[in-house]
Amino acid sequence: MGVEQKLGNMGVVTTRLEDLVNWGRTNSTWPMLFGLACCAIEMMSTQASHYDASRFGMELMRPSPRQADLMIVAGRVSRKMAPVLRRLYDQMSDPKWVIAMGDCASCGGIFNNYAIVQGVDEIVPVDVYVAGCPPRPEALLDGIMTLHEKVRGEKLQEWA
Amino acid sequence: MTVGMNLGMPGGDNIQELSVEELRAKYGSGLEIQSEENMLLSMGPQHPSTHGVLRLLLELDGETVVNLAPDIGFLHTGIEKNMESKTYTQALVMTDRMDYLAPMSNNFGYILAVEKLLGVEVTPRAEVIRVILGELTRILSHLVWLGTSALDVAAQSVFLYCFREREYILDIYEMVAGQRMMASYFRPGGLWRDVPEEFVPAIRNFLDFFPSRIDDYEALLKENPIFHKRTKGVGVISAEDAISMGLTGPSLRGSGVNWDIRKSIPYSGYENYDFEVPLGTEGDVYSRYLCRMKEMRQSLGIIKQALDRLPDGPVQIDDRKIVPPPRSELGRSMEAVIHHFKLWTEGFKAPKGYVFQRVESPKGEFACYLRGNDTSKPARVHFRTPSYVNLASLPIMAKGLFVADLVAIIGSIDIVLGEIDR
Ligand code: SF4
Repeated sequence: MGVEQKLGNMGVVTTRLEDLVNWGRTNSTWPMLFGLACCAIEMMSTQASHYDASRFGMELMRPSPRQADLMIVAGRVSRKMAPVLRRLYDQMSDPKWVIAMGDCASCGGIFNNYAIVQGVDEIVPVDVYVAGCPPRPEALLDGIMTLHEKVRGEKLQEWA
Repeated sequence: MTVGMNLGMPGGDNIQELSVEELRAKYGSGLEIQSEENMLLSMGPQHPSTHGVLRLLLELDGETVVNLAPDIGFLHTGIEKNMESKTYTQALVMTDRMDYLAPMSNNFGYILAVEKLLGVEVTPRAEVIRVILGELTRILSHLVWLGTSALDVAAQSVFLYCFREREYILDIYEMVAGQRMMASYFRPGGLWRDVPEEFVPAIRNFLDFFPSRIDDYEALLKENPIFHKRTKGVGVISAEDAISMGLTGPSLRGSGVNWDIRKSIPYSGYENYDFEVPLGTEGDVYSRYLCRMKEMRQSLGIIKQALDRLPDGPVQIDDRKIVPPPRSELGRSMEAVIHHFKLWTEGFKAPKGYVFQRVESPKGEFACYLRGNDTSKPARVHFRTPSYVNLASLPIMAKGLFVADLVAIIGSIDIVLGEIDR
């Protein structure tokens, strides 16, 4: 009469394939190491000791877009940078998501002028917008968790 | 999706279809190819160790850098132009976002220029608080430099330690200004408000624990043989070259040139503080590292002296044409309401004329040129930013070395792209 009989057969968990895949995707989202401006410094803070984004399975920032699932657009996107950003996005392998971090990336922020793209959603599809100039690391973490929620509800088909 | 694919390229060219050579020919990077045998490599703008969106065109012979040309402008924000359409107070928020590693130093330079144009003197208390925060900012910026440049030479853990202490300084920022990074705390005529009660104990606490933390950082790198191999004798620039390239800040002092605006052209009462300007001897990456580490200790000394002499009194001048009246007066005095209304709708007017004000920012000499024209908006603002000028000496330092050394050198001149492109 061991404890295993009381617990039943714990070796097998039944779930839907979609849930399993999405569980895997949410818990190992690797962001791209892609800093543009001031917001990137807060992104680094999020990554560093105090806020520790590795709690969300994000300890690795990949400088190469090929190895990344998540693009955090941290900062203002100038017109010169825009084609580069789009190219990086195209190089990322599916499934991929984008977080627009900060006011500049979301809507141009305080720079309503000739040089700044008024919101990065003009060039890449954005999943989550995080407000703030710069957003606090807590806000970015909240954005990441919002993204996780979104990913959990996704259908496998969407990326097939 | 093709929206925005052609953004940025004047002729409507698609950047993806142009080779490096075509790009260079069309948009002129200034790189002169030495030999057709060599390889051309574009490093950046997406690269982990260019500290932002810097693009370098390299001519490589094997792994040796024969020639290089920086290509900047990937973060051009139009800050100077934008400031012309804002009142003097509103334009302040733009300065934070140039050198975002040292926001208050930028505030400092701009605000001193505005005050010079207006011809006002701030109160002694405001002056001392500015010095305290200015030096804290220097430490803040040096911490990011230390963490990231150590990452560049593959010392991972330093980064985590540096950002731990950085959080403490950011908390002080938040305490005084309500914002973690973009404080905009210095205002024309003084400060936004007086510092809260917890400010002095918090700084005293910082002064207590920070020296031992600097010891920790030094234990990780200073005598580390790998770090020595990567930095000693790498990226040497002679004193003459450094001066002729206009290098400033710790990068200049690493070559042994004694030039610090706080000493040579003192501002905000820096002449009353007793501190040394650390100098290097070799002019290599390691000397620059040592200079910055010593500078952090000197900054602590300045903060300590400033705290000891922190006078009581107001932090804003008593001129209602420049400083808005306190909230409590608004209910009582009609005049205060009028001043308040005038200041927030129109702003104060600055006289015709121009000023030039330099400050020593963590990265070097930061200067602001400001021209007024009898209106409440500046006619022209120009910033002489240290990173922009310092970047120009990169080719001198890096020629003939390996690509891996180039990475260490970029880290050692401590550039920030927000300031270069503005
Ligand atoms: S949102 Fe603010 S902090 Fe972020 S990049 Fe824009 S100006 Fe900088």
